[in-house]
Amino acid sequence: MEVFLQQLINGITLGSIYGLIAIGYTMVFGIIGMVNFSHGDVFMTSAFFALIFLLVLTTVFGMSSMILALIIVLIIAMVLTSLLSWAIERIAYRPLRGSFRLAPLISAIGMSIVLSNFVQVAQGPRNKPIPPMFTGGFEVMNANNFAVTLSYKQLMIWVVTAVLLAAFWYIVQKTPLGRAQRACEQDRKMAALLGVNVDRTISLTFVMGAALAAVAGTLYLSYYGVVNFSDGFVPGVKAFTAAVLGGIGSLPGAVIGGLLIGLIETFWSGYFSIDYKDVAAFSILAIVLIFMPQGLLGRPEVEKV
Amino acid sequence: MSELLQTAPAALPWENNPVLAVEHVFMRFGGLIAVNDLSFSVGRGDITALIGPNGAGKTTVFNCITGFYKPTQGMLRLQHASGATFLLERMPDFRISAKARVARTFQNIRLFSGMTVLENLLVAQHNPLMLASGMTVLGILGLPGYRRAEHEAVERAKYWLERTGLTPRADDPAGDLPYGAQRRLEIARAMCTGPELLCLDEPAAGLNPRESAELNALLLGIRETEKTSLLLIEHDMSVVMEISDHVIVLEYGTKIADGTPPEVRNDPRVIAAYLGVDDREVEVVEERLDQIVEGAAT
Amino acid sequence: MAADDTANKHGPDIAAAVKDALLSGLVALALFGPLIGLRTEQNMRNELVIQSRWGLVAAIIAVIVIGRFLMLTLVSPALARRRERVSATPEHPSALRQALGKWFAPASIAFLFLYPILIVSLLGFQGSLKWVDNFGIQILIYVMLGWGLNIVVGLAGLLDLGYVAFYAVGAYSYALLSSHFGLSFWILLPMAGIFAALWGIMLGFPVLRLRGDYLAIVTLAFGEIIRLVLINFRELTNGSAGISSIPKVTLFGIPFDASPGGFAKMFDLPLSSAYYKIFLYYLILLLALLTAFVTIRLRKLPVGRAWEALREDEIACRSLGINTTNTKLTAFALGALFAGFAGSFFAARQGFVSPESFTFMESAIIVAIVVLGGMGSMVGVALAAVAMIGGTELLRELAFLKTIFGDNFNPDQFRMLIFGLAMVGIMIWKPRGFVSSREPTIFLAEKKAISGSLVKEGHG
Repeated sequence: MEVFLQQLINGITLGSIYGLIAIGYTMVFGIIGMVNFSHGDVFMTSAFFALIFLLVLTTVFGMSSMILALIIVLIIAMVLTSLLSWAIERIAYRPLRGSFRLAPLISAIGMSIVLSNFVQVAQGPRNKPIPPMFTGGFEVMNANNFAVTLSYKQLMIWVVTAVLLAAFWYIVQKTPLGRAQRACEQDRKMAALLGVNVDRTISLTFVMGAALAAVAGTLYLSYYGVVNFSDGFVPGVKAFTAAVLGGIGSLPGAVIGGLLIGLIETFWSGYFSIDYKDVAAFSILAIVLIFMPQGLLGRPEVEKV
Repeated sequence: MSELLQTAPAALPWENNPVLAVEHVFMRFGGLIAVNDLSFSVGRGDITALIGPNGAGKTTVFNCITGFYKPTQGMLRLQHASGATFLLERMPDFRISAKARVARTFQNIRLFSGMTVLENLLVAQHNPLMLASGMTVLGILGLPGYRRAEHEAVERAKYWLERTGLTPRADDPAGDLPYGAQRRLEIARAMCTGPELLCLDEPAAGLNPRESAELNALLLGIRETEKTSLLLIEHDMSVVMEISDHVIVLEYGTKIADGTPPEVRNDPRVIAAYLGVDDREVEVVEERLDQIVEGAAT
Repeated sequence: MAADDTANKHGPDIAAAVKDALLSGLVALALFGPLIGLRTEQNMRNELVIQSRWGLVAAIIAVIVIGRFLMLTLVSPALARRRERVSATPEHPSALRQALGKWFAPASIAFLFLYPILIVSLLGFQGSLKWVDNFGIQILIYVMLGWGLNIVVGLAGLLDLGYVAFYAVGAYSYALLSSHFGLSFWILLPMAGIFAALWGIMLGFPVLRLRGDYLAIVTLAFGEIIRLVLINFRELTNGSAGISSIPKVTLFGIPFDASPGGFAKMFDLPLSSAYYKIFLYYLILLLALLTAFVTIRLRKLPVGRAWEALREDEIACRSLGINTTNTKLTAFALGALFAGFAGSFFAARQGFVSPESFTFMESAIIVAIVVLGGMGSMVGVALAAVAMIGGTELLRELAFLKTIFGDNFNPDQFRMLIFGLAMVGIMIWKPRGFVSSREPTIFLAEKKAISGSLVKEGHG
């Protein structure tokens, strides 16, 4: 029971991070039907933005309030990562839109290689540890000498994720931008004929996905306290798994999928073996795709004859 | 009316030894009933037309016959001239073509556009060629048996190229052909499978009058020389009335008429269903409707 | 109207170009400023500190701004003019080009057979090592993998992002069976291929009904699962440490070593490791040519035509009585077979295998080679392998740059960065790869190449 509760807490935390990344995958896939392979590395780069500005704020400016520093870092990381994603879309994907189907995928894989190697070259190949930001937490339960704790970090991750998801939900559901997005998703040509600026809408989709990935990146850095140039791939693939599990194209699906993947991973590590936790995640991806390719909340694809 | 048809089989030529008997077929998609208790027969050697307004469920029926959909309920019995019988609703799509020998074309043409016209026709002869190549093993060794089989396949392809007037375009990619030629190539490709029943989904759509007339000649010729039975979905009434022996009319997934072209043409329910098809016909139809309404009132 | 258009295109708008270039510079400043300008380094106490490198940032941004400006004012208009010229004159390949197309393949095969002799006569046995091994063998392995995957991706149109798994199966089959049971390479080569093909069928069966990107992702997942199992199944695979001292290949029983029965002694030659490398070179060359031969042969058989038809339109295939599942499985299994061959060769050549060699990046590189080459084109795939693998190997030769940039400069780390940039660049330049046209497999009167714009890329 104690282990269960602790893993539940850990799983939700990890799942929040996956969910935030997964939204970027699901939105881009929904609107242009492309697996944005570089999204995991965009997430990794955002963690580096966060790392750099955190260091600047604490060591150069000597800022002492961790909360304030984190808020500033979060905003900077979101802005810069959005810019990065916008630039990538502009340079590597837009010229290929509407051409050969594999071309954007290869371009995205290339971009993913570029990003991780660029960060390696620019920032060095070593792990980048930061001093722990928030220590301590609430002791939720204590039985048989096993303390179930909800750390402040975890609580912060829950709160930030919930607040930003709510804001994001509002944008997608209630604003003209969200409406344009949904229109482009349904029929890009028709949307363009009706005066929707399709290029701009697609760019903004990339930007929104990247902003949420930046939130995930910042939270990831503060949670694990370390980041490396190669940290984009595995969380990226897991977040994509989450998006597929939830039903690709569905926003609530991405969040639910993210939480599920996080929970599966932590429970697997907690109860079985930590060695095979990634095997578990990938197996779930394969099983879900094979038996219910539409995911939990996705629409089934009807084969048109 | 449909009960009446079934109790008097002898009167209807297509009920005698039909190539295809569709019996009480239902097709549901979720809550939507696309085909509702449909029964009809396709006479051997006949040209049978399936008509009806848009969304009447014609293509769904085709997809059930050719195995792309499994009907929710009902039976589709296909019988070769040799007597071999197949229950199509139990067969996967590719076996329906390979074993039951039902070939089809598509409403939105599905050619292998990056392959040449000739290659398209050879792909259609995949199964016999695959056997001749000893499931590839003999073929890779280049044994004469396979070369002979390929030569025969090319001859057959040439025959159909000649029939469809595509010989000069044999080495061009299918995607480069003009629309009408693509339609003919799709028919030639289907015929290369040696079908017992050929299902054509709107073969005349998008054709100009001359091409449409050529199509009629081609279809009549196929029936004549190959003894293939034809089932076609068509909106072009001139094609339907000119070449078909038997017309079945669908509306909202239900059969509303079944008979010879003149019978169907004069059926008031058909006329009502088709109201607005042709400006010239509208007046006639309206007149008729008035008569019907008056008749009902009195 | 047309004249107006061209006038607009030809007269570059300087003001707009300046504005655009400055904007690019601003974006670059925002992105590269922190990432390059503020490098995080660990100090003596293992704390991260910031080192600023503003000079470098300034230089990079200057390059970007000037480059963008030149691009907009000079390069783009020139390209537009060229495009107009090309579209104005009908496509008609010159006689030279046709002759080149006809003689290119035989000439390059002849060159490949003469290559080691050429290198040895130029540089001597010792000097030839690098050129035969790093360039010759390395490139040929990727040519073979590219040709193998070409069957799956290029012909059948099935996007497989986990191809490296079959390469791994081949490599580990050879590594394990040769070190545990002492079986020779010549027995294990076909066995490794068959094992890989069986894995291909096993993994292929459930996933081949998926379409498009979903298939890509599941194959990626399977590739990763196999790698992770290789890492974690330590009892069998020795985990991340890998398996070392894998037996070498023998020339039908004659080993390449210093023993009395060894190759050098037998033919009374001076001892040199170059013989083994040259022998391996010819071995992989023959394996690659076998792949090419089988593929070219299969394209003209019903199964090959069915693969291509499947890539063009799966539904039409089914309407013609083609069992699409079996057709896909044969493509998958055959691709895996060649990867298995290549894998066992790889294990024998390295003498060492570890899961490190079978990461997703490997799969991505092979897929990139196939797509960059032009899907389905043997020559294109070979060219792409030479360009991408040879190119990155050449980057290893940039050590002289150290004399310019100082000892801390390590050109090797730019290898993958440039590889990635090349992938993006080539895709934008030629989205259909180097060779985009398709050769028909049979013709009645005249063989005409089919334009790439008509050839489909497959749905699943």
